[in-house]
Amino acid sequence: MAQFDKTFPTLDCSACILTPKMFNVGNHKNVTMLTWSEVEKVDGYIGNFTVTIRKKARFVNEELCTGCGVCQEKCPKKVIDDVFEAGIGYRKAVYTPFPQAVPKYPVIDKENCTFFLKGTCKACQKFCPRDSIDFDQQDEIITVKVGNIILSTGWDLFDARQIPQYGYGSLPNVFTSLEFERMTNAAGPTSGKVYLRDGVTVPKSVAIIHCVGSRDRNYNNYCSAICCMQSLKFAHLVGEKTGAEVFECYIDMRTPAKAYDEFYQRIMKEGVHFIRGKVAEITDAARTPEEEGKTIVQVEDTLIGKQRRIPVDMVILSAGLEPRHDAKQVAIKFGISCSIDGWFIEKHPKLDPVATMTDGVFVAGACQGPKDIPASVAQGAAAAARVLSIIGQGEIEIEAATSVVNEETCVGCKECISTCPYTAIEFLEDTKKAHVIEALCKGCGTCVGACLSKSISLKHFTDEQLVAEMIGAMRTMTLFEAQGQEVA
Amino acid sequence: MYEPKIIGFLCNWCSYRGADTAGMARLKYATNVKVVRVPCSGRISPELVLRTFREGADGVMVLGCHIGDCHYGTGNHRTAKRMPILKKLLEYNGIDPERLYINWVSAAEGEKFATVIDEFTDKIRAMTPFEEVMK
Repeated sequence: MAQFDKTFPTLDCSACILTPKMFNVGNHKNVTMLTWSEVEKVDGYIGNFTVTIRKKARFVNEELCTGCGVCQEKCPKKVIDDVFEAGIGYRKAVYTPFPQAVPKYPVIDKENCTFFLKGTCKACQKFCPRDSIDFDQQDEIITVKVGNIILSTGWDLFDARQIPQYGYGSLPNVFTSLEFERMTNAAGPTSGKVYLRDGVTVPKSVAIIHCVGSRDRNYNNYCSAICCMQSLKFAHLVGEKTGAEVFECYIDMRTPAKAYDEFYQRIMKEGVHFIRGKVAEITDAARTPEEEGKTIVQVEDTLIGKQRRIPVDMVILSAGLEPRHDAKQVAIKFGISCSIDGWFIEKHPKLDPVATMTDGVFVAGACQGPKDIPASVAQGAAAAARVLSIIGQGEIEIEAATSVVNEETCVGCKECISTCPYTAIEFLEDTKKAHVIEALCKGCGTCVGACLSKSISLKHFTDEQLVAEMIGAMRTMTLFEAQGQEVA
Repeated sequence: MYEPKIIGFLCNWCSYRGADTAGMARLKYATNVKVVRVPCSGRISPELVLRTFREGADGVMVLGCHIGDCHYGTGNHRTAKRMPILKKLLEYNGIDPERLYINWVSAAEGEKFATVIDEFTDKIRAMTPFEEVMK
């Protein structure tokens, strides 16, 4: 969100919404922020998690640094910023992603810093008024004890290079949605001006392509939920900033939430051309003199049933949302599961959309599935409220019907451990026996079915109880049969 | 023609509720199946099925949630893997594997519940009574 300039459908300033919130979190006495850190390991269960975190060396002493930014000014090394600026802007080798970033401490990019590459420079250290640059800093491993965990790891942008016929990467004036967001951002590399790739020409015509990598069985089957609205916003911003003619090529216009369709109506009134059809190709191979020097969008207009070639100056690919590239590893680390696509799976899609199958681990935002800002905020607030209610209660309710291991007969084969959907069974190294963590067990009994030595039983559904029930049922049927009655 | 005795192991969350749905919709279906409720179809151990046959059941039904709908996430995945192996084991021991029936019935599928009960009962009824097979 920090990368955007405006948010749909209200077109209010993104930074104005976000940055005060970030500041509040950064200054809250109950919030400890660990940025530039990664979770290595999670042990334990609800109310009792031990999280091992690698705090990566940032080469800046956080206790001394005041975030004055002198180091960033003085650093002689400019690096293309692939992350925050989406590859169209620069940052220094010592940097914060953007000026209002929280926390304010910069980080030194070891791979690009002249000192780490050549052994000289140290300009940042020389000019730092607080002497806070520390080139000897090492990664630090810290462990924290927490009761609950909320995962909000977000999403990755679909890599438009995967669709070669759309020409991203080979045609200069094909941009991704994130590149365009940065371009329109007043604090971005072009100070909010919309230019072609040469950095000076203002486009006179722009095509915006929807569903790039979404709703496409070759890439992602799902709808990315935000691209239609985002594209409408782009159409408005292009019109506002350049007065260019805008073409929107869409499959279906999906504007389902509050005030979204009104926004669509508004953009239609602004004179944007809407073409219903999936774009076949984006090319620079001109067929007519007026196509010369333009980027041509080949699309079937399904509303008039004709193939069209639209020569434009600029093409924006509204690329879809994808799960984070490492979502599956993260899911394993936290003992939750991912859908086939890679989105985290919630406990119940309707009744429990923020909890996961592992108690005490919650999900919020786009890591659970593509969603827009209001939905992410709502889910975040819901997850926080769920955690607060657990903390407020002080105690948790656990399942009454849990599995228990008979330690006398358990042979320690670990068969049950892999079958448990809740990772509720641990292996006790000292006794070489399985042990059920009652706080995690939900009582499904899958382990009972799997146990080869019949050493696990599920309370209220023991083998004896089920067999007795079954025998009782059999006897009733036999009895009725003997009496010549209908078996009922 | 005889009336077969069938035991159905139904998962608590989908199939058992499906049976409720069938009942609430006043659907008619064969009365030959007696239901034993289990928390999850993954709870059904192969031994339990074998024991049921030993007690003289002509058929055993294992009904669980549809794959992906399991209340416990992946419990029915185990059932889906376990039961075909059990069928092979039954065959090896001279029991017709068709006597063991596995299907997925959701809580909304009352009609499907009634249908599978009827179909399975008819199928078993056409077979030789299990008691005679085992003589």
